Amino acid sequence: MAERKKKSPKSEPAKVKKAPRKLTGDDSKTLKLIEATALNVRTKIMGRTLPELKFPTRSLGNVKYDKSVGYFELGRGRKARALSVNTVKSFAQTLRLMAFSKEMVENDDFATKREAYYVSKNWSEAKFNDQPESDTVLDDIEALASLEGLSREQLRFYPEEHGGSVAGNLVVIDRDPETNNPIRIDCTSFGSGSYSIPHSVEHLKFETDAEFILAIETGGMFQRLNNHKYWKTAKCILVETAGVPTRATRRFVRRMADDKKIPVYAFVDCDPYGIANIYRTLKVGSGNAAHINRFFCVPQAQYLGVTPQDIIDFKLQDATHKLLEVDIKRAKDALKNDPFFAAHKPWVKAIEMMLKSGVRAEQQALAKWGLNFVIEEYLPRKLKEKKFLP
Amino acid sequence: MDHAPVTHTDDTDPTPTLFDEMDTTEPDADATPKKKAARKAAPQKKSGAAKVSKKSAADETATENASEPKTKTERTGTRKSAAEMATKQREISVAEFFTKNRHLLGFDSPLKALLTAVKEAVDNSLDACEEAGILPEIAVELTPTGEDRFRMAVEDNGPGIVHEQIGKVFGKLLYGSKFHKLSQSRGQQGIGISAAVMYGQLTTGKPARILSRTSKRADAHEFLMSVDTSQNKPDIHEKKVSEWEKDHGTRVEIEMEARYQKGLRSVDMYLKQTAIANPHVTIHYTDPGGEKVTYERATKELPAAVEEIKPHPHGVELGRLIGMLKDTSSRTLSGFMQEEFSRVGPKVARDICKLAKVSEKAHPSRIAREEASALHDAIQKSKIMAPSTNCISPIGEELVLQGLKKELEADFYFANSRSPAVYRGNPFVIEVGIAYGKPGGVGLDITQEGRIVKRDKAAAVTEDLVGNADEPIRVLRCANRVPLLHQQAACAVTKAVIQTNWRAYGLQHPKGALPIGPMAVMVHIASVWVPFTSESKEAIASYPEIMKEIKLGIQECGRRLGTYIRKGKRLRAEFDKRNYIEMYIPHIGLALQEILDLDDSERDDTVKTLDDVLQKSRKF
Repeated sequence: MAERKKKSPKSEPAKVKKAPRKLTGDDSKTLKLIEATALNVRTKIMGRTLPELKFPTRSLGNVKYDKSVGYFELGRGRKARALSVNTVKSFAQTLRLMAFSKEMVENDDFATKREAYYVSKNWSEAKFNDQPESDTVLDDIEALASLEGLSREQLRFYPEEHGGSVAGNLVVIDRDPETNNPIRIDCTSFGSGSYSIPHSVEHLKFETDAEFILAIETGGMFQRLNNHKYWKTAKCILVETAGVPTRATRRFVRRMADDKKIPVYAFVDCDPYGIANIYRTLKVGSGNAAHINRFFCVPQAQYLGVTPQDIIDFKLQDATHKLLEVDIKRAKDALKNDPFFAAHKPWVKAIEMMLKSGVRAEQQALAKWGLNFVIEEYLPRKLKEKKFLP
Repeated sequence: MDHAPVTHTDDTDPTPTLFDEMDTTEPDADATPKKKAARKAAPQKKSGAAKVSKKSAADETATENASEPKTKTERTGTRKSAAEMATKQREISVAEFFTKNRHLLGFDSPLKALLTAVKEAVDNSLDACEEAGILPEIAVELTPTGEDRFRMAVEDNGPGIVHEQIGKVFGKLLYGSKFHKLSQSRGQQGIGISAAVMYGQLTTGKPARILSRTSKRADAHEFLMSVDTSQNKPDIHEKKVSEWEKDHGTRVEIEMEARYQKGLRSVDMYLKQTAIANPHVTIHYTDPGGEKVTYERATKELPAAVEEIKPHPHGVELGRLIGMLKDTSSRTLSGFMQEEFSRVGPKVARDICKLAKVSEKAHPSRIAREEASALHDAIQKSKIMAPSTNCISPIGEELVLQGLKKELEADFYFANSRSPAVYRGNPFVIEVGIAYGKPGGVGLDITQEGRIVKRDKAAAVTEDLVGNADEPIRVLRCANRVPLLHQQAACAVTKAVIQTNWRAYGLQHPKGALPIGPMAVMVHIASVWVPFTSESKEAIASYPEIMKEIKLGIQECGRRLGTYIRKGKRLRAEFDKRNYIEMYIPHIGLALQEILDLDDSERDDTVKTLDDVLQKSRKF
C-alpha cells in the first residue's frame, strides 16, 4: 500500500475516433470476447454482487497431453481474480489492458509487451511497476482468449522476441503495410543471409516445393548448411530456432507444414536442454503457456538428432562432455513430470540412456569427422534411415 | 494516623524528623526558648507539655550531635537553673506549630498554596452539601489582587453554618466533625480550611471573609476573621448580618500570597478531576484571567448516604485500645468489646478473652497494661468478620464512566469497581476507570451500512488529560472523591500502575516507569479512613491490601483495553485494506466505460454501486 492517494484516475485524452474499420472475423471475435467479459463484470456489479474474473490456471499442473491431439492443452483448472486486497490491482489492470486491446483492434494497431507496460504508466495508481507484472496480466488475458481460439497477436499484443531465420526453397507472400499489396519474398535469394520471421505470421502465404523442414538449434550449424546451400541439395527449408523457438517461429513452421503437408525434423544438441526444452517446446508447446500451444506448436515435428544412440553410431564418445548437475536435474524432471515424455516410451529410453552414459554431445561434435561430415554423411544417413524419435 | 504526634501526647511516637524540621525553619522571636533549651539541654524536665520535652530531646541530638548521655550537662559558659528554664517552657499551640510547618499541610510554595486552599474549601463544601442531602453547586473564583497575590472565593449551596460555629470552623485548627467518626468523607482532621485562613493572614495580613446562611428564614452572617495562632482560636474582627441572594450556603474568601499556573497540577486540573470523580457536582470556575468554565453534573443522584461505623478490632492499636478501655461506659470486658467495636458479638468477645486469658467479666477500667497487650494480641489472632461496607460510598462503575466521558475526550472507556476489602480493619473500595485514545484515536467508526469512516475530529481541549501516544499515561488519583495532584511517585496508585504488566494489554511499558500511550487511568479509593502519607493528603500509603486491590482493578480494565486495542488495530488494518481496494475501483469503472461505451453517468453509477457492494461484502 505504497500510495494511498484517493484521486480518481484521469480519463485518457479523448481519442480521435477513426472511421470504423472493416473488421476481420478474428477481430470481431476478439472484440466480442472483450465486451462479453466487461459486460459480465458490469452485470454482476449492477446486480449487487461482487464481480470476478476467471482465468485458466497457467502451470504444468494444469496441462494435459494427449498423443492424438499432439500438443499440451490446458486442463480444467481455473483461478478467480476477485476484489481482494491481493487481486484488486490486477483486476483493474486486466480490464484496462482489455480496454486497451479493444482500442488497438479498432484502430488496427499493435503494442509489444514492453509498450503495453509503458502505456500503463498513464494509469496513475493502477500502473504496472515492472514488466513481469504486466506480462503476468497479459498472459492471463491470453489464456482467457485462447479458450475462444484467439491468440495474443489477435489481442494485438506482440512479443518482443524476434523470430528465427529461414533459408531455402520458399517464397513467402507478405503484404505491404501501407498499400496492402502482396510482396513476394524468395528465401533462396538472401545469399549468405536469411529471411527473418516476423512477429505475426497469420497473414503470410507460402509457396514451396521443399520436401521437408529442418529446424536447427544453433546459428553456426544453420550458417554452415545455408552457405553450402544444403537446402538445394536436400530440397528442404532451413529454419534456425536460435535456442528455444519463439512463438512466431513455431507458428511459422506450423503454418508451412500444415499448408504444404511436409514433415518437420528437428536437429538439436544431444543434451537435456535440446530435448526437453527446445524440441519439446517446438513439438507440443511450452508448459508455461499451455493456453496458446494449440497454435504455437508443431505436432508433426520429429526428432532427427543428435540422439544418444548417435553418439555410439557415429563414434562421438570422445567428442562429448560430462552432463552437468543441471542437465541431470532437467533430465530427471522431464522423466518424472513432463506428460509429453511420459507418453512416449522411446523418449523415456533415450533419456535414460543419456543419463546412464552421463555425457552430452553438441551438433558441432560431428565436425570431429570433418567440417562437412554433417552434410555429406550424417544428415543423408539419418534422413535415409528415418529412425526419428517421436 | 500521622496526626498522632500532635494530638496525642503519648511518648511512643517521637517522629524526630518532624521536630528537627521545625527547628531549622524557625524564623522569629517566638523561638527563643527553644534555642536556649537547645544550648543547655535539660534532661530533667518532665513537666509541662510533653511536646516540649520531646522537642528539646530532639534538638539535642540534632543540633549538638553530641554523643554524651543525657546526664552529662556540664558546659562551659553560662549555666541556667532548672527554675530559669521552666519559665520558658510552655505549651505550643497547634496553630503555631502549623504556622511554622505549613509544608505539612500543603502550603509550602505559593503555587501549591493556592491549590491547597481551593481544595480545602471545595472539599468542605462538598462534604457539607452531601451530608445535608443537597446537590452541590459550587463556584470557585480566583482574582488577582496584586503581584503574587490572589483572592480565592469558594461559594456553595450547602446547608450553611450556624453563626455561633463559624468562628471555630474557620478559625481553630483541629476543630471539626469528621475526625471522631469513622465514615467516608473528604476531610478528616479539621485542619485544612483554618490552615488556609491562617496562611492568608500570614502572607497578606488580611482576615478571611466568611458569609453563611442556613435557610431562607435565617439571616446571612458575614464574618471578617483570622486565627489567633498563639491560642489556636478564632479572632473575629467583624461580625454582621448582611444581605445575600442565596437561601442557604457558605462563601469563603481568603486573600493570600500565591502563584497561578496552568498545567497538570493547577487549580484548573484539580477542578476538572473533581468533576470527574464527582459526577453529581456542578462547578463554576472563574480563573484569574476572568475566563469562566462550568463543569456540569452528569447525574442528579447524590452519592448514597454513608453510615458511620464503629472501629473494627483489627484496626485498633494498643494505645488506642487502652484509651478506649478507660473511656468506656461498659462494665464488662465482653460488653465493652461488643459495644465499642463493629463485628464483635458475644461469642467473638468470649473467644478473644479466652485467648488473652482475661476474664470477660472484668471491668474495663481495671484492665492492666499487660492484660491490654494480651488482649490486643488476641484480637489480632482471632478471626473476625470483615467490617460492614455500607459505610463506604463508591462512585460506581456507571458514574465513573460518565465522569470520564464528560470531561475526557477519548475513544475507549472502561470502569471497574472492586468489591470492598479491608486494610488494618478499615474497609475500602477501589475503583478504576480508563480513558484510552486521543480524540480520534484510531479515528475510525463503522457505520450501520458497514462502512468504515473517519471520525470527525473533536475540538481541541486545552488541558487534555489524555496524553499523546508517545507520552507516559496520565494517572488520576482520587481518595474519597478528592483528586490528588502532588507526590505522584510516592503514591500506592502510581506504584500499582507501574507494577501492572501493560505490555500484555498492548501498550509500551518501559521497566519501572509508567506505560506509554494516549491514556488516562483514574483510581479512586473510598474508605472510612484513607491512609495518607502526610497531613497534606497527597499520596496514599502502600498497604499490601490496597496495592493488591488497585492492581486487580487495573488488570480488569487492562484486559478490556487489550481487547479494544487489538480490535482497533484490526479496524485500522481493515480500513487500510478497503482504502487500497477503493483506489482501484475508478479504474475498473474507466475500463468498463471504454469497453462498453458507457457515458459518464453510467460509469459513475457503476463505480458507486461497486463501492457499495464491496463495503457490504467485507465482513468486519
